[in-house]
Amino acid sequence: MTEPGWPLYEVFLRGKRGLNHVHVGSLHAADPQMALHHARDLYTRRNEGVSIWVVAAADITASSPDEKDPFFAPAGDKVYRHPTFYDIPDDVPHM
Amino acid sequence: MSTLDPSAGLDDTGHDSPYDLLGDDHDDGHRWAFGTGFTDPLEGIDTSVPAGLDADALARYCLALGDDALIYSHRLQQWVTRMPELEEETAIANIALDLLGQARMLLARAGAILGRTEDQLAFFRPEKDFRNVRLAEHGDRDFAELVGRLLIFSTWRLALFERLAGLESAMGAPDPVLAAIAAKGANELAYHRDYAAQWVVRLGDGTDQSHAKMQAALDVLWPLTGELYRPDPGALAGVEPAAVDAVIDEVLAVAGLERPDRAPLGAVSGHTGRDGVHTEAMGYILAELQSVARAYPDAAW
Repeated sequence: MTEPGWPLYEVFLRGKRGLNHVHVGSLHAADPQMALHHARDLYTRRNEGVSIWVVAAADITASSPDEKDPFFAPAGDKVYRHPTFYDIPDDVPHM
Repeated sequence: MSTLDPSAGLDDTGHDSPYDLLGDDHDDGHRWAFGTGFTDPLEGIDTSVPAGLDADALARYCLALGDDALIYSHRLQQWVTRMPELEEETAIANIALDLLGQARMLLARAGAILGRTEDQLAFFRPEKDFRNVRLAEHGDRDFAELVGRLLIFSTWRLALFERLAGLESAMGAPDPVLAAIAAKGANELAYHRDYAAQWVVRLGDGTDQSHAKMQAALDVLWPLTGELYRPDPGALAGVEPAAVDAVIDEVLAVAGLERPDRAPLGAVSGHTGRDGVHTEAMGYILAELQSVARAYPDAAW
């Protein structure tokens, strides 16, 4: 969007039992500190989180939907990249 | 509550208990996507009035603190749908809800002594029986007044709650229920103060226009601060102005704002908000707050 106003931030939250931060949504804020405050008010109202990250949406480099096929399709038929493709020799323990 | 019994959490008057806001342990997994581990700050606390404590004085004091929160919360609720940004609106609504939760617990504590429910106290008392300070009823005319007033109120109330909770010294409130309510509220108020302080700094240290508006807001609000330190006979705790001033002066210094030099708003025949003497705004607040409950007494929803 090109509307004037506060820039967009993406919010990542780590729950009490979560190991990693998970993207939960986005919000508008004037700067990162304000974004943290807003994230606290918008995304942790129900006791969801113990840690918040905010990232300016403009700073995220994302893969393009137009390039979806060249990016991801080549991996589709390369089953040998999965460890389960290989038979485990009988004399290899602990697998 | 782990039961699905529809009457669970209702007391014998059919109202849900305000202490349920604090909840039993909701940590039953399947009903909460993320939020778990809600704890009850009153768990294991005897709710009878301790021997040797004047029950009427305790009730009056709980009314004072409860009314501060109830009326202030109502003033914040009036900002909802009027805020400049959606995110700020949620922040203000959260703060209003925090204060409403404090009001419910405090009015319920007073009501248990006075033999009235929290709703009866909130909706069926006349203006002269409300004990809130006049700062709580001030109608903010712009965003600068909103955040300036919140900075003053939350700094003062946090200092008071820290004292009641016994966080400052070993001696907390003589009533363990009040001490537990204060301990829960202190975390909420610390966030309110943080929210307000960051906006006062942003506006004070922002553009010429935002600075002028923030300074004008403080000038308008300052006369209302004197009442916060008036001796209140029967009060269970009070706050020294110096403790609050130190925090506010620090914020003002960072924000580049002047501490206003304004005389306190006068008392009327020696009476102020704590005595039930309010500003003109109070009648309008109560009309809005109470009209539905008075039109449909005992209605359930």
